[in-house]
Amino acid sequence: MAVHHTIEVEDCGTRFRCPAGEGLLQAMERLGARSIPVGCRNGGCGLCLVRVTQGAFKAGPMSCRHVPPGHTDLGLALACRIYPQSDLRVRLATDLDRQVSRQSSPEGQNGR
Amino acid sequence: MAISGVLRPGYVQVRVLDMAAALEHYRDRIGLDVVTTTNDGRVFLKAYDEFDHHSIILREADEPGMDFMAFKVMSEGALDELHEKLLAAGVPVEEIEPGDMPAVGRRLAFEAPTGHRFELFATIDLAQIGPMVNNPELWHAEPRGMRALRFDHCLLYGDDIDGAKALFVDVLGFSVTEQVVTPDHTVIATFLSCGMKAHDLALVRHEGKGKLHHVSFLLESWHDVGHAADIMSRYNMSVDIGPTRHGITRGQTIYFFDPSGNRNEVFAGGYTFYPDHPVRTWSTDEVGKAIFYYERALNDRFMTVVT
Ligand code: FES
Ligand SMILES: [Fe+2]
Repeated sequence: MAVHHTIEVEDCGTRFRCPAGEGLLQAMERLGARSIPVGCRNGGCGLCLVRVTQGAFKAGPMSCRHVPPGHTDLGLALACRIYPQSDLRVRLATDLDRQVSRQSSPEGQNGR
Repeated sequence: MAISGVLRPGYVQVRVLDMAAALEHYRDRIGLDVVTTTNDGRVFLKAYDEFDHHSIILREADEPGMDFMAFKVMSEGALDELHEKLLAAGVPVEEIEPGDMPAVGRRLAFEAPTGHRFELFATIDLAQIGPMVNNPELWHAEPRGMRALRFDHCLLYGDDIDGAKALFVDVLGFSVTEQVVTPDHTVIATFLSCGMKAHDLALVRHEGKGKLHHVSFLLESWHDVGHAADIMSRYNMSVDIGPTRHGITRGQTIYFFDPSGNRNEVFAGGYTFYPDHPVRTWSTDEVGKAIFYYERALNDRFMTVVT
């Protein structure tokens, strides 16, 4: 039996089960829940930004524009790149969360 | 006389978060071939039916999006003329020495009023394995994955699309083929062609600068669009919308995302454009049909999800 973790989205109280190894957003979408907005599902667009308020997780590659280095340790992460390691409580990113991430994100460089 | 000056999109450099995942996507799923890798880790690819050395460049970075898009120009002389015109229009131009990019000659780089970096070049080596020219078979070996024929166009989001449109039309000789206009006559989307395709570049009005909406690849048929959809489901790829059709350009399409969240498109069809054709205009109350002809409504992601 695969290990499952229970995810609770504080904003609406929705709970769903996420198998270990699956992205939080992917599990939510597959189960038909719509608590967190779904964008690219691949860590690029920032639409699914959440703050994890309780629990442990690992994060896959995320755009530094939306999650600046160091901020994952403070619970800021893109739901499509969150791999839960325990039951989690998350809440949708507030304007303040987004502002903070915008201010500390490095300028996009133009590579040649 | 036919097309002169700017011929077609040449190449685009896309930032990816994870090169291994990006290669699986662009090479194994879309079906591009890797041409070369540079010392700085960038990977150059091309579609099987393209003559030029490369069309897609992947660069690993902390943030996805587009570094630049380049157009191929007819000749070095035409490049000089466009250089003059850009300078006369007050556009700062950076000239990049031949050889700075593998297989590519002199490049002219400039920033559009939307914040996107564009390049022009006239010289690029032919690919070692390009389409056959003597008693040409369809291909050397049967194409992989979605069987993309070529890199076709980009749709970019930025604030000053009026300024960018003026630059492409008045200075670089593009034509507007199609547009979306609000009741107060603000253009919110413009489709630009430098040749006979329905679009080579599209721009949508959006706060902020320099955003990528999608990089698009041409497929041979509506049947191949279905085959691409089969591949997307088989490999659990992130699909945005489709298969469907665009009202604008009439292309039959799927929008989907690369593993770094950059949107891609595969499409087939679209009308032929001649420079004497009138501009086709959509009003904002029909924008759903304009973008997604079958759904007749935009999805939320169309306006909000960019890299
Ligand atoms: S949905 Fe785009 S970053 Fe998660
Ligand atoms: Fe497109």
